[in-house]
Amino acid sequence: MQQRYLPLGLAVIVYIGMQACAPGSTADAASVRAVKDRKNAPAFTLKDATGKAATLAEYKGKVVLLNFWATWCGPCKIEIPWFIEFEQKYKDKGFAVLGVAMDEEGWDIVKPYITDKKVNYRVLLGDDSTAQLYGGVDSLPTTFLIDKTGKIAAVHVGLVSKSEYDKDITTLLGITSDK
Amino acid sequence: MNAVSVDPPQKIVVQRGQSAALKIHAKVLPGYHANSNKPHEDYLIPLRLTLDAKPLEVEAIEYPKGHDEKYSFSEKPLNVLTGDFDIVVRLKAPASLQPQMHMLAGKLRYQACSDRACLAPKTVELRITADVR
Repeated sequence: MQQRYLPLGLAVIVYIGMQACAPGSTADAASVRAVKDRKNAPAFTLKDATGKAATLAEYKGKVVLLNFWATWCGPCKIEIPWFIEFEQKYKDKGFAVLGVAMDEEGWDIVKPYITDKKVNYRVLLGDDSTAQLYGGVDSLPTTFLIDKTGKIAAVHVGLVSKSEYDKDITTLLGITSDK
Repeated sequence: MNAVSVDPPQKIVVQRGQSAALKIHAKVLPGYHANSNKPHEDYLIPLRLTLDAKPLEVEAIEYPKGHDEKYSFSEKPLNVLTGDFDIVVRLKAPASLQPQMHMLAGKLRYQACSDRACLAPKTVELRITADVR
């Protein structure tokens, strides 16, 4: 009797394991939505610190961490060193961080900050219309994880843990984090 | 979302050649704090009232002191306002003014956060009726 159930139990374990390793799976990260529940990330064009226009479409094929932040936002400042680390760790694996600064004073205040903090990812200057596209972005930080097909796979409003982001990113990249 | 609500200011009566005080009352939503006028960190946006008082004169703006509180996102305690607070504005009416009602325009700028997230800075427009007698 026991022998009849063993193969089934093994099959379930193998299936869960395969799901956990598959890109875009939800088995190992509660905050990553199932593929069928993801919606297209709204398109935008914003300027980066060099004055060059950046579009989300440029990043199709990559997992993007889109972080709305501001220099006056304390919780945002906790996350920035994590994002610097993620950019360095995963950029060669098809990942990019895009920071969207929501400071009203613009580059005069944002540029010195990102220079001082040695931010290694692309930072864009946000505006209200872009924020509206993403649901208003009332609270900062607000971070969207966008999958390789350009769909929103996870949203984090407010400060969450570094490990949660890491889990989301590695799940979407289909890799195992070596921490 | 507004984390701070500001009551419409009462009318202020000022005798010519004298000054009078006006309280502006505000309230911070539970779970949130607003930066005080001196929040300890340069990067934070302080509570600030600007007032175009002409032809009256602003003698002083007294901000609430706030209290120091440590949050998960800050290394050091920040000076913040929670619950109810008042800003006191002292206005002087020059002796040369004629007895008359004046409408003064003010702006109260604040920035509020919870322990995990911050709301965009907000500016509340204020209309203050000054009754110069």
